Amino acid sequence: MLVIRDLHVEVDGKQVLKGLDLTVERGQVAAIMGPNGSGKSTLAYVLAGKASYEVTGGQVLFDGQDIIGMQPDERAAKGLFLAFQYPMEVPGVATMTFLRTAVNAQRKTRGEAELSTPEFMKRVRETASHLGIDQEMLRRSVNVGFSGGEKKRNEIMQMAMLEPRLAVLDETDSGLDIDALKTVSEGVNRLRSPQRSMIVITHYQRLLTYIVPDVVHVMAKGRVVRSGGKDLALELEAKGYAQYQDEAALAS
Amino acid sequence: MTAELRTVKTPAEQALSDAYTSARANLPGKGVFATLREDAFRRFDAKGLPHRRVEEWKYTDLRALMRDVKPLAGAPDASAKARAKNAGKLLAGIDCRRLVFVDGAFAAELSDLSSEQGLTIGSLADALAKGDGLVTAHVGKVIETDDAAVALNTALMGDGVVIRIAAGTAVKRPILIDFVSGGQPVSIFLRSLVVVEKGAKALIIENHDAQASQINSALELVVGDNADVDYVKIARGQNLHIGTLMASIGAKAKVNTFGFTLGGATVRHQSFVRFDGEGTVAGIRGTTLLKGKEHVDTTLVIDHAAGRCESREQFRSVLDGESRGIFQGKIVVRQHAQKTDAKMTSNALLISDDAEADNKPELEIFADDVQCGHGATSGALDESLKFYLMARGIPAKEAEALLIQAFVGEIIEAVTHDGLREALLNAAIEWLKERE
Repeated sequence: MLVIRDLHVEVDGKQVLKGLDLTVERGQVAAIMGPNGSGKSTLAYVLAGKASYEVTGGQVLFDGQDIIGMQPDERAAKGLFLAFQYPMEVPGVATMTFLRTAVNAQRKTRGEAELSTPEFMKRVRETASHLGIDQEMLRRSVNVGFSGGEKKRNEIMQMAMLEPRLAVLDETDSGLDIDALKTVSEGVNRLRSPQRSMIVITHYQRLLTYIVPDVVHVMAKGRVVRSGGKDLALELEAKGYAQYQDEAALAS
Repeated sequence: MTAELRTVKTPAEQALSDAYTSARANLPGKGVFATLREDAFRRFDAKGLPHRRVEEWKYTDLRALMRDVKPLAGAPDASAKARAKNAGKLLAGIDCRRLVFVDGAFAAELSDLSSEQGLTIGSLADALAKGDGLVTAHVGKVIETDDAAVALNTALMGDGVVIRIAAGTAVKRPILIDFVSGGQPVSIFLRSLVVVEKGAKALIIENHDAQASQINSALELVVGDNADVDYVKIARGQNLHIGTLMASIGAKAKVNTFGFTLGGATVRHQSFVRFDGEGTVAGIRGTTLLKGKEHVDTTLVIDHAAGRCESREQFRSVLDGESRGIFQGKIVVRQHAQKTDAKMTSNALLISDDAEADNKPELEIFADDVQCGHGATSGALDESLKFYLMARGIPAKEAEALLIQAFVGEIIEAVTHDGLREALLNAAIEWLKERE
């Protein structure tokens, strides 16, 4: 589903990704772990198509098609979703309006008919209730005045409504207490399917006890330096990232 | 020789002088009103049109911007009235009492003059001709100002609405004063008076769809103690509009004004508001959407002459093309007006590299126990917000439109009447669609 080959990315003239290779199979949940500054969030933004991230080399193939050069909205319509580490506050745009505009914009780009109001409302209500989001929150401006946990739940709700084929969750666990973490993880697990791939980016093993990955990749200094099964996360928790920092330094 | 009088008289100033001289005998009102006009004209004629060296008008140099003067509007003919009957689509869905003016003349037959307890409605031309007591008591007296545009208005005022809302009356429906164009470009001088007595409550909507006409419109608003007044002014047009609000507000009143401006070649909205009694809460707000070479100047002088009043001045503008949006806001707190709480903000959103926003906030505080502040911003759309929307599948243009809509929508939220708020929001959305 996703094949990244020898990806080089610069941010503000500084090389952040330095020849990253990564493959995510259909239906696979891949965890990406790594120390601060290893390029995890850069990878997330590059996949979503943020303009200030310049791809200087390599390929990103999504269903066999290179998405570098595509606008963020085109990528989204193709089924790519990024759950932001720091969800933006959008004053003046009600959450409901935002969801509806996004859902219908994607459908339009794909040449599908808009969702009818009753159909849309039904889906919003179901999704919101699973995530413990009340109707009042849906009427409020997107993320304005929301707690950290509410913002993350809102991201997962957007993901559920947009039904992406590849979801990238960028440090979805950051700033969450244990209860919020459970709610959000349950929301994510509910969306696991043989048709949907996920990249779960996290600094800590904690999230991966709730969202159990199929594979774990370790990033350091802008590359994937090791891949393994879910037990790799436990090993990292015990031993820390220091050895990979050194290995990456030696390799580069 | 005229050259000896004023060597710098512009063609527009000369045309205004000529217009006054030839119309003087036929303008409504004799006696005190004729004297009022004559004095005002003399003040205008001495100073001429305001220009950039007049501090209050430095961004709107009327002497340079006003190239010509359209002929004074005559009485509207049948075809003009027929056009007017179907105007006002923007507010069509609102159940209100509509008072129609065609090219500045009151059209009683198009207006809803059904009687309501405590509500008196008339035309200024009639009131001046009859020497009406309310008009005698207030016209030209609500706010003292030496503003040249107001002087010109007083000299040439032709018609307008005179409304009295008796003490304790809650007017049932919004009152819509609808100024519509008869189709020909003309010069119109409107003067209105609205007196809301103690404890009365009303929503007044003033709507201008002037098209190519030149408008100088002034409203004197007298708000009694404990009264509750909402005043919304909507202005659209392609030519010149100079609008002045002069308001005096009593004690423990609640007043909200909102200005909604869609374009205009040269537009100036000036508000002079004075708090005369303690404990009043006022919101003075507005939004402006501009494109092309449009120029809109919003100027406020908020005079806290009594203590313990709260005022909130909030303005937002969206500037596209090569448009220019100006905000000048002055808050004056007199020496004895302790415990004043005033906060002014103006935000300009520039959606084109060639647009310009000018902000001039001023505080003049003579009291020592007050809370006053102001904040002004101008900037482009937030790229990271746009990315967030696009990452959800919303195309760039649509994401921009949604963010602009949100920016003005937040301020339109202050309009409490549901139908009116929706109508304004829809008008903003329409404007955004035309942009694409």
